[in-house]
Amino acid sequence: MSDPTTTQLPKDLAAENGMVNVQIDGHWIQVPRGTRMIEACKIAEKEIPHYCYHSKLSSPGNCRMCLVQMGMPPRPAPGAEPEYNDDGYQEIGWMPRPVISCANTVAENMGIRTSGELVEKCREGVMEFLLINHPLDCPICDQAGECSLQEFSVGYGKGQSRFKEDKIKKPKNVKIGPRIRLDDERCIMCSRCIRFMDEVADEPVLGFSERGTHTTVGIFPGKELDNNYGLNTVDLCPVGALTSNDFRFQMRTWFLKETDSIDTHCGTGANITIWTRGNKIFRITPRQNDEVNSCWMPDSHRLNYICPTDEDRLTACLIKADGVHEETCWESALEAASEALKQFDASEIAIIASGSQTNEELFMMLTLATELGSEHLSIVARDQASDNMLISSDGNANSTGAKLIFQNSAPSSQLANILEGVRNGSIKAVIAASENLLEAAGFSNEDLEALELLISINSQANATAQASDIVFPGAAPAEKRGSMVNITGRLQRLNAACIPPGDARSDWEIIRDLILSISGEVAQEAPQSIDALSKILASSIPEFEGKHLTAISDLGDIVAETGHSIPLLKREAERKANGEIVG
Amino acid sequence: MDPFLILIISTLVKIIGFTFMLTLPMVAYAVYAERRVSAIIQDRVGPNRTGIPLTLFGFKKDLHFAGLLQPLADGLKFFLKEEHTPSHVRKFFFWIAPVLTIVPALLTLCVIPFGSSVTVFGEQIKLVIADIDAGPLFIFAIASLSVYGITFAGWASNNKYSFFGGVRSCAQMISYEIALGLSIIPVLMVFGQLNLSDIVQYQADHGWLLLPLWGDGLSTERILLLIPLVISFVVFTISIFAETNRMPFDLPECETELVGGYHTEYSAMKFALFFMGEYAAMIVGSALIVTLFFGGWSIGFGADAAVAEMAFGGLIHLGVFLAKVIAFIIFFIWVRWTLPRFRYDQLMKLGWVVFFELALVNVFLTAGIMMLIN
Amino acid sequence: MATIKVTRPKLSLLEKLYFPSIVKGMFVTFKHAVRSLRGKSIGGDSLNTSGLGVTMQYPEQKWDDHLPEYYRGVPTLVTDEQDRERCVSCQLCEFICPPKAIAIIPGEIDSDDPWAKVEKRPKEFDIDMTRCIYCGMCEEVCPEQAIFLRKDYAMTGLTRADMVNDKKRLYEIGGVRTGLVNKWNDIK
Repeated sequence: MSDPTTTQLPKDLAAENGMVNVQIDGHWIQVPRGTRMIEACKIAEKEIPHYCYHSKLSSPGNCRMCLVQMGMPPRPAPGAEPEYNDDGYQEIGWMPRPVISCANTVAENMGIRTSGELVEKCREGVMEFLLINHPLDCPICDQAGECSLQEFSVGYGKGQSRFKEDKIKKPKNVKIGPRIRLDDERCIMCSRCIRFMDEVADEPVLGFSERGTHTTVGIFPGKELDNNYGLNTVDLCPVGALTSNDFRFQMRTWFLKETDSIDTHCGTGANITIWTRGNKIFRITPRQNDEVNSCWMPDSHRLNYICPTDEDRLTACLIKADGVHEETCWESALEAASEALKQFDASEIAIIASGSQTNEELFMMLTLATELGSEHLSIVARDQASDNMLISSDGNANSTGAKLIFQNSAPSSQLANILEGVRNGSIKAVIAASENLLEAAGFSNEDLEALELLISINSQANATAQASDIVFPGAAPAEKRGSMVNITGRLQRLNAACIPPGDARSDWEIIRDLILSISGEVAQEAPQSIDALSKILASSIPEFEGKHLTAISDLGDIVAETGHSIPLLKREAERKANGEIVG
Repeated sequence: MDPFLILIISTLVKIIGFTFMLTLPMVAYAVYAERRVSAIIQDRVGPNRTGIPLTLFGFKKDLHFAGLLQPLADGLKFFLKEEHTPSHVRKFFFWIAPVLTIVPALLTLCVIPFGSSVTVFGEQIKLVIADIDAGPLFIFAIASLSVYGITFAGWASNNKYSFFGGVRSCAQMISYEIALGLSIIPVLMVFGQLNLSDIVQYQADHGWLLLPLWGDGLSTERILLLIPLVISFVVFTISIFAETNRMPFDLPECETELVGGYHTEYSAMKFALFFMGEYAAMIVGSALIVTLFFGGWSIGFGADAAVAEMAFGGLIHLGVFLAKVIAFIIFFIWVRWTLPRFRYDQLMKLGWVVFFELALVNVFLTAGIMMLIN
Repeated sequence: MATIKVTRPKLSLLEKLYFPSIVKGMFVTFKHAVRSLRGKSIGGDSLNTSGLGVTMQYPEQKWDDHLPEYYRGVPTLVTDEQDRERCVSCQLCEFICPPKAIAIIPGEIDSDDPWAKVEKRPKEFDIDMTRCIYCGMCEEVCPEQAIFLRKDYAMTGLTRADMVNDKKRLYEIGGVRTGLVNKWNDIK
């Protein structure tokens, strides 16, 4: 190409950016060199049905569902130059046999056909084979409604079976772990679960046995699937072979409403989807966010949700009179709280916030401390051992947020002073929000009894609520809207999937009303909604500039440099670099 | 006994007896009859169940009485309903309107002769509340007051449908009152007087106006007079239909256009008063037709004098009168469930162009015939 | 659209007078009244007249024998000849139900149950008959032939709670239905 008058060919233009030209269903697009064909089709917005392929796992190519027709330019005869048409592309020679798109990478001038008689016939055949031993369990199968087998049968299947022989019987309803049930008849041998346990969870306990149509997924003898990431295999399973005991037969998926939110059990802030019907949470599943939790989340976090219908939920304000709690309305509870607080000197009041509160709530806690003039404001540190996967060493979901809002690199540093003050009597009143003081905070029952006034916000009836003089019913994480910053400094959004039960409210509303009750200001001047509050927050904290709730992107935005990273993501990046996975 | 005392007592007894013990139950049962007759005409059953609910007290069967207690249940329902006055109405007129429809209808009863006379304590007591010499005029005067009730109701309801209903009713009643008044003039010319008791007595002696079959009724003059009198009767009867706002002249409350017409906003007893007013007007209308054209309480065929001789012969006459009135009420109902509603312009045309002229010409025709006879 | 001119029919003087047609109409209604009173209304026989008009007197007379096979009465659950609850609580009826009359809480079958292999059955199954519109969609959508609209139609109750048919009542009304597909017998 020494002649400058000759225009550059498309392949050279693409090559400059490390791209290749691919023709997908007649349209030429550029995709990065080394892309899998299935990913190239995804870029071209062509759906390729698939079962075994998963971008975070290796590609064994055993389901055969992603077959497409491929074509390459014919090799020129020795000495001949390749011929280019007017657009600068070579003629494509189509192969007579299909290829699987999940395990092949694209090449320059490649052609892919995702439809056409060959591809459609192949898919019909694959579907028919997959279904010959599949039981007609759909009415009792939890996967129904989100089952790839159902979807692709409708989309690409034949509609009927020519299989007249008896179906092969396999074990059904096998308990393979404390949380998981296996139905082998439903299994289509995609091996996603096997690969996940092997590659991601790093505890290979699943495998195939037998051969041919008798192939069965099973647990290794003497083992059980009790890994803390085991339930991810249930999410991965494209059919209903693996089902979660927790969600088993609870509700059909088509009734459930999906709400995107984040996990509040540790500093990672895994992205989740909360599945609700009415005001009841039925399950929580991970939501893909490659910067936070990839596609996974730990079982301990997903099963440990607080639902509005739980029996131990607080649903009304309580005031203790003669040692017995009595239900009361918000007005009288707030008035009682502000009157009681006015009896104390500012230095005698301590405010204990929670690292699991949202930024907005922490901001209100800070405002409350300013209003009262108290210098004793602290969150409760929750250090724990990281599992070197997704569970971080910080048990608080929002310590980073507390650091930014309190403008204090150690927001929990005051806690020791408060505890000391309570014990020596210099602190007589404590306001505790969303924290059970008897747990991580290190308070003892005697400490709580020594207090003259304990006001607490609790979503559940716990020991702190029991000891409190005034209890405000708070909202659980699934009932809150707000933002949090995870350990890597990523600002993420929580969305409310349910409404708080009874009289319960979000902490920010309670603290706002308490501040208004103490100061006697007009209610209209306080923020009326969480969005209004988040705008005030965004303009008050420099790191949150412009990042009010609706401005946060769905996968979060980095607002601070913390130096932390998530171990599982690091390993995933390595495997991607090695070419083991697509990523 | 003091004749004056007897007059007072007998008048009170007549007022209570004729108005509250006779006419008001008749109103209630006219509603029942309306429902049963319409059902029978339409191959249905109608209310046949309301009776004594014995099963509630543990008996095997209820007593139905063919649904004869239905009016009681209806009344009870009206009493127990919420007495609701909408906030947007003119309260005074809204409340007075139902009264203004029922009261004139009942007031007109006082000149209707219900029977000849009975003899109590040696005093002959006529079975008419007020035996005045201007019967028909009194009735027209009072009856035309009821248009106020309907107009007030329509206007005070502050509602376009009610208002239209009120306006239509007002126009309709005024239009047909003219024909009504003119159509009766030939009758009065024949009788030569305005006292209803005497008119009936005249018919008892000389043959009913439309059925002059005895006494001197069979004379050529009377038969010749029948021509204008039949015209009178037709115009009068149809005008009575229009006056009482009944099918086919129920434009003021025609449901398809005006929801409920002037009583759209009314409920409970206030609505019941309108309802009773309509049926009371129908009864009075029937009574008037019977009195003027069909001999009132007279049995006819010269039997009246003999009956009147008996001490309580007046009660027999009362029965005869009621039988005739009931027959006419059933005729009213029959017409209602047979004919469709007029269009409003047809109604007006019929009133002003046909009946008004017809009644006017009829007066001259009667006068001519009477001149000819004399 | 083409304009069609309709000429009013020319009426003769007699017709203009209304009277003949009014009288005719009065005769028609009179004829009906007489027939009605004699219990000989047209069509009365085939409609099982009670003797007045064509009306049937409800609680004393009933139409039950004439109800067609496809009659849509009260929706019920059925058991089959093997005494198995046919419903597996797939909740498709709950999903399809236009007035949202059906509420199901699914549950697992105990492992010691003879039909444990079916795995799932309703723990609670309520049909709110104050909401039900008898459309029959639940019967149509049921993949297990478990819900049927029976010929019962007289659902009454003194409270709203009375009008909610729970699982027990549904099986009571539904009874046993034979001749259905028994696909679960093949499951091991």
